[in-house]
Amino acid sequence: MPLDIRASADIEAIAEQVFTALADPTRRAILAALASQGPVTATDLAARLPITRQAIAKHLALLAEAGLVRAEPGERRRVRYRLRSAPMQVAQQFLAVLARDWDSPLGALTEHLDRGA
Amino acid sequence: MGFPDRIERTVELAHPPAKVWAALTTAEGLAAWFGDEAAIDLRPGGAARMRWTGEGFTADMRVERVEEPNVFGFTWHIYGLPEDDPRRTYVEFTLQPSGAGTRLTVVESGFAQLPEDVYRKAFDGNTEGWAKELGELAGYLDAA
Repeated sequence: MPLDIRASADIEAIAEQVFTALADPTRRAILAALASQGPVTATDLAARLPITRQAIAKHLALLAEAGLVRAEPGERRRVRYRLRSAPMQVAQQFLAVLARDWDSPLGALTEHLDRGA
Repeated sequence: MGFPDRIERTVELAHPPAKVWAALTTAEGLAAWFGDEAAIDLRPGGAARMRWTGEGFTADMRVERVEEPNVFGFTWHIYGLPEDDPRRTYVEFTLQPSGAGTRLTVVESGFAQLPEDVYRKAFDGNTEGWAKELGELAGYLDAA
């Protein structure tokens, strides 16, 4: 599906939020914990990570505002945080184009042809 | 502004197009420079597969364009994305005679595409239900 210019700008904004979130080691640790262990409360995260609960609550609020985690009501009114994968999938396309290497295979092709000549 | 949708490279090869064509479109040729093992059904819609034994990685391709000896195109899964991600990029090799050799251009495009459901989900979450969820967050913080 080709995207128009406005959509591209939206994608830029989403990618920026993802990469900004990932640039901070505490937020990386929080996102990694949510990715590997599933939805948890801020209290659970504070028990697992060497970070105060206040700092975790602050980062979770920021991540929720950026749309990277979703706050869900849990048992006894405890809010659980769940990773939202859609923005990550948007950011992945930025990494995909950087990770694709054509220079090495084309170098190998040149060598292969020269060797066989 | 914006991230590239496509990658483009051009190389000058000191070999005629017919020889380059064989390296790009036969299992033997592909296995000699690209993958470690290769198989290809060279017709539009045909399946091709390359395997890198060291990495234990396999790429499944679908042949899209076969215009011997000038254009060879295929689509494949975007490396690094989950297996069930429907996004694919299109790779097209163009071979032009250049003196006694070949000018080979490869264009891989489609990096900027997004499937509609991902696109919708990525934006929906930011606009729906946040007042409610942030209210709950505030309640939690007050109680903490």
